[in-house]
Amino acid sequence: MAVGHPLDPYLRTDRLPTMWCPGCGLGVVLGTLLRAIDRRIREGRLRRENVAFVGGIGCSARMTLYPLFDSAHVIHGRAIPFALGVKIVKPKMKMIVVGGDGDIAAIGGNHILHALRRNADLLVVMANNMIYGMTGGQLAPTTPRGLYTTTTPYGNPEREINMVRLAAALGANYVARGSTTHPQLLEQLFYKALAKRGLAFVEVLSTCPEIFGRHIDFRSPVDLYLELRKRIVVKAKPSVEESDYNWEKGFVIGEFVDKDEPGYIEVYLDYLSKALEKQPS
Amino acid sequence: MISVLTERCKECGMCVTVCPTKVLEIGSVRNRRGYRYAVPAHPEKCIGCRLCEYSCPDFAIFVEVGAR
Repeated sequence: MAVGHPLDPYLRTDRLPTMWCPGCGLGVVLGTLLRAIDRRIREGRLRRENVAFVGGIGCSARMTLYPLFDSAHVIHGRAIPFALGVKIVKPKMKMIVVGGDGDIAAIGGNHILHALRRNADLLVVMANNMIYGMTGGQLAPTTPRGLYTTTTPYGNPEREINMVRLAAALGANYVARGSTTHPQLLEQLFYKALAKRGLAFVEVLSTCPEIFGRHIDFRSPVDLYLELRKRIVVKAKPSVEESDYNWEKGFVIGEFVDKDEPGYIEVYLDYLSKALEKQPS
Repeated sequence: MISVLTERCKECGMCVTVCPTKVLEIGSVRNRRGYRYAVPAHPEKCIGCRLCEYSCPDFAIFVEVGAR
């Protein structure tokens, strides 16, 4: 009989159990991401010492604290520029930015715009629980219209942001949306995203029973999980136009964009070598 | 064979819900943090799909296929 979990070699086990509430989807996101990394390491496509995690602030950014890899926990919303800085200095690194919808779509919104525009060589994982969980359940840009939160007791009047369309519009190499209710599919998305050059953006719909679920009457982790699973639409090869993000019509998950254009670092190093040639000696 | 790392379990009930053959149950014994952890009540029904392992947010459960 084995004594440890198969993912224990990749975890800082002394920090477990995690600080997340019971039934939080973030553990599933981290687990599937580590399984995908494990598969890539076994294949020899990735070296363990070259993987690093960067996270900002929020429950999701606490994901950087548990994996046994190099990791950095930086200021709110600034995980992407930090990761890109490391990547420019050490192009061999595989930088994984983990963050929540508040960290990446809201306060770090400008940074994701420009990382997407540059096609920066990062893997950006956005765990989307549709609310600001850590600060007490305020309205997030990703909260679907009509839902109740702490700051919208009569329902959310705002339109929600669809990050898949944003990422596709600005030309990321890989854009996918997964859900913690479909963990095997999510692992496959991470597995593919890890081998991409350029920016790979994976949005993960996650559950927050403690803060999000309590305002919409799905207080128990299982209820919210089943409710989200009902609203997930799995499509094999969906187009970006089909990427519905709507509480009523459902959330389409799958792989939206998969192309192979040169990433920022490649282009940057090319320009750098040209510039060095032109320098008078 | 299904193993539960009892001290990591937080009694969210996810494994009990996702299991297609209802192998797992929430037990009656509490761990050090006061959570009643999940127990494999009917291990003979396990088909080795590992959905519980994938869906556990706390790395508390794992399945070894073929080692009964």
